[in-house]
Amino acid sequence: MNSKFPRIRVMGERAILVEFETEISESILQKVLFLKKKIEDHYHKVNVEVINTYNSLLVYYDHTIDNVYNEVLALEDLFQGTKITKKSYPQLYNIPVCYDAELGLDLKLLSKENNLSLEQIIGLHTHPFYTVFFIGFLPGFLYLGGLDKKLQISRKIQPRMLVQKGAVGIGENQTGIYPKSSPGGWQIIGNSPVPLFDKNRLPPCEILAGDKVKFYQVSKSEFEKISEEIKQGKFQFKKTNYEG
Amino acid sequence: MKAEIEVLHPGLFCTIQDTGRKGFLKYGVPMSGAMDLYAAKIANLILRNPPESAILEITQMGPKLRFSDPVKISICGAFLSPKINNLPIENNSVYRIEAGDELSFGKRQFGCRTYLAISGGFKTRKVLKSRSWLEGVTDNFKLNKSMKLPYESIDESKINLNAALKINSDYMLTSEIDVYPGPEFELLSETEQLILRSQSFSIDKNNNRMAIQLVEVLENNLKPIITGPVLPGTVQLTPSGKLIVLMRDCQTTGGYPRVMQLSETGMNKIAQKIIGDSLNFEFLG
Repeated sequence: MNSKFPRIRVMGERAILVEFETEISESILQKVLFLKKKIEDHYHKVNVEVINTYNSLLVYYDHTIDNVYNEVLALEDLFQGTKITKKSYPQLYNIPVCYDAELGLDLKLLSKENNLSLEQIIGLHTHPFYTVFFIGFLPGFLYLGGLDKKLQISRKIQPRMLVQKGAVGIGENQTGIYPKSSPGGWQIIGNSPVPLFDKNRLPPCEILAGDKVKFYQVSKSEFEKISEEIKQGKFQFKKTNYEG
Repeated sequence: MKAEIEVLHPGLFCTIQDTGRKGFLKYGVPMSGAMDLYAAKIANLILRNPPESAILEITQMGPKLRFSDPVKISICGAFLSPKINNLPIENNSVYRIEAGDELSFGKRQFGCRTYLAISGGFKTRKVLKSRSWLEGVTDNFKLNKSMKLPYESIDESKINLNAALKINSDYMLTSEIDVYPGPEFELLSETEQLILRSQSFSIDKNNNRMAIQLVEVLENNLKPIITGPVLPGTVQLTPSGKLIVLMRDCQTTGGYPRVMQLSETGMNKIAQKIIGDSLNFEFLG
């Protein structure tokens, strides 16, 4: 690690912000997640929450920090001489998406704008192993990295007042799934029935930062069958160890 | 039989809160909790409730409530002229409620949010280890007419009506909001920093439990940041110059530069401001 990063500073009375190089990449994410784990292990007896984004960690204390200097030193010590090792195999989640025109409200637009056939769009969207960088924006909303450049399209100028729960969208270089119905500006290309956030389950999200996601196409009838399984509590995520 | 409060009139915006949801930030779940945690804590303290007991947060215009069974209550925070069976009562005192009593409110005298605590706390359902209401997470997010709020009726022997506390309400009246520089404060020009340090700002009509916007605009050339962590009390600056003070129900991440971070006291103070109130930032760091 060079001397400038990670950069540690205080954010108010209850939080310390740790920042890494200003870029969105797998290698930064590995560093961030590795140190996140170290902090969590170090503080396992104290009430501290650690959240990560692309290049930041936020250590949030459930009380005001008595001695900021000591806390910063403790974090620096923790990072000293740390060799970043890759997280042991992340989970790969296979997520069904129905790209039916009825659900993919903006498929036609994307097809026209980016000069792609429907088959090409589905092929490009289901091909990558997306990386889950973190959860934010809405409970259970996965920030995914790895969208094919050919699928990039700008957000709607006028956001929709209501995007359906499960809607799969694209906004600039990001793709994701709306975990609940909400206003939104992304171009919608399909819908996934899988539950990304369940308030009655602990933990409420199964897919976590560092995991991998791959989409696969399902027909409208398969989509409905999976929706029914979910209703009856029979649904289970298809997951395997991701070995790169 | 369970004791219940029946909502005869829901008021402007009332919501059950506690000290918030802990441990779920990493799933993108907002913290929530009372906007003025200090007033909520005092309301519980007067009744000898544990500090994390659920209270009713009442915004500007109070509700009308009917109690099914005897219980003790206290009210702290903004002064909204509370009344039991139409007889005026004080803030920061313990009152005994009898079966069938009605609690109502009148004219707002100062502050924005007041807290109704009840002995033993409200017994609404916990979701993700907290009773704080939040749209999309709990079944309800605000009080509606005819709604029923469960509580536990009191043990007669434990009633102590002499537990009034002398509370200094000055923090609700001051215009000074305590802040620390935020992670992107140093990216502002000296002039922009000086404006934040010295100018007065006022509360915009867009203000709720998620965020309080300020009317005055701070022109700037800051670029958006890579989406990063935000907290209640984080002050974001948009490209158009809007200052957005994130509050208890805010999202966990955001892409606008974070120019300031309110202190805990600063958050309690701003939670007591209403549209048009002016404020200035008092830098602590």
